[in-house]
Amino acid sequence: MSGTHSELSVSVWRGTREGRYQTYAVPQRESQTVLDVVTFVQRHIDPTLSYRFACRVGVCGSCAMTVNGRPRWTCRTHVSKVAGDGHLEIGPLENLPVIKDLTTDMEVFFEKWQQAQGVFAPTKTRHDAIAQIRPDTPARIAADAGIECINCGVCYAGCDTVRWNSDYLGPAALTRAWTLLNDERDGGNAARLQAISATGGCHACHSHQTCQELCPQALNPTASIAGLKRRTTAAYLRGEIIA
Amino acid sequence: MNVRLYVWQRTTAAIMAPLVLVHIAVIFYATRQGMSAADILSRTQGSIAWAAYYGLFVAAVSIHAAIGMRNVLTEWLPLMERRAGRYAIAFGVLLFVLGFRAIAAVVLP
Amino acid sequence: MIARQTAYRGSALWIAAMVHRVSGLGLAIFLPLHFLALGLAIEGDAKLESFLRWSDQPVVKFAEGGLVFLLTVHLLGGLRILVIENFPWTGGQKQLATLAAAISAIVAFIFLARVF
Repeated sequence: MSGTHSELSVSVWRGTREGRYQTYAVPQRESQTVLDVVTFVQRHIDPTLSYRFACRVGVCGSCAMTVNGRPRWTCRTHVSKVAGDGHLEIGPLENLPVIKDLTTDMEVFFEKWQQAQGVFAPTKTRHDAIAQIRPDTPARIAADAGIECINCGVCYAGCDTVRWNSDYLGPAALTRAWTLLNDERDGGNAARLQAISATGGCHACHSHQTCQELCPQALNPTASIAGLKRRTTAAYLRGEIIA
Repeated sequence: MNVRLYVWQRTTAAIMAPLVLVHIAVIFYATRQGMSAADILSRTQGSIAWAAYYGLFVAAVSIHAAIGMRNVLTEWLPLMERRAGRYAIAFGVLLFVLGFRAIAAVVLP
Repeated sequence: MIARQTAYRGSALWIAAMVHRVSGLGLAIFLPLHFLALGLAIEGDAKLESFLRWSDQPVVKFAEGGLVFLLTVHLLGGLRILVIENFPWTGGQKQLATLAAAISAIVAFIFLARVF
């Protein structure tokens, strides 16, 4: 439902973990995105506002923020879709430390990526023949279903288990582990299975599916994590994992 | 939650799924009939089947509920893993002991 | 003041997860009492009998109906999770979760209808 107000009332988080929402009046324009609104505030009203963006066309994931309570890509969120009553509330992504205003510290997000062994472990060198990977094997289909993740952090920001359990690696890190687990070129599965079977690993997921609902790339981390649960259980029962 | 706790949690869940279905039927039967204690005990006393069935049920639920409780304690209270684990084990033991006591109460003549 | 809590909570699957957790907690708290009640039979049927008659009260029967709901919804929600975790992914999870709640409510209603 598109609003026909000429002006938006925009509450923007100012501060760090503590602070307050400050309200700005922003002219409403056609095809305006939430990123346009934030940019307007910073350029024309308050240059001290801190926020992140890069591509502004929905391929980099840098502009993710909490808009009216939901984590979203602001460059891909049309104001007309979310500000029906002429009001917007914009805050930083949740579950991450706030550096300032709308920028969060993503370090723990990427650390967990490493912890989940979300890193490709090569088995060949440039001197070997290129691996012939069929796109239609079940493993490759499973991997392909998860590889479009661009680390935007929306799933992490939306996950209750991340909120409740500081050890939890999170949907993005686990999805990457799943794609690598299914990558026949990768040689790091023993360590990977061990890493995601520990406290805070895939078994902490309660399948709320908020990640799947929110993912701007339409990925399904819940399904990937379910796959991880199956693989780790099988490995555990075979005695390959120390728990 | 790690893989070991997960396997115990899900295995006991799977074991209990059919047990719960039968139990619901038992609940319906016993409550509809307006059974007296004597009616109930005449059916349960000396019954090995009853003891075995509910023995399995008590063992499974003690493990399942304890692990579930552990999750709630670590996620909804700011309890550290080890402490939550101890409370959870204590709760599991409580269920196990009270459960088998209840089975003994209705099965032993 | 800290930044606002997210508003997406309240989706069907989030509610389903909360119902699963709360029902589990409710059942876990109930169980020791259930075992203690049955344990009254240790000294013969008199104590168990007076407990059963006490539980004939409508308010207790309503509470029992609530417990039947908790047990059924926890079972059905748990089965949904077991399927997600052990079988290839199927969509329609929101519908399945809603169906589980509906079936549980019906079972609890039938229980109450039979005891009144």
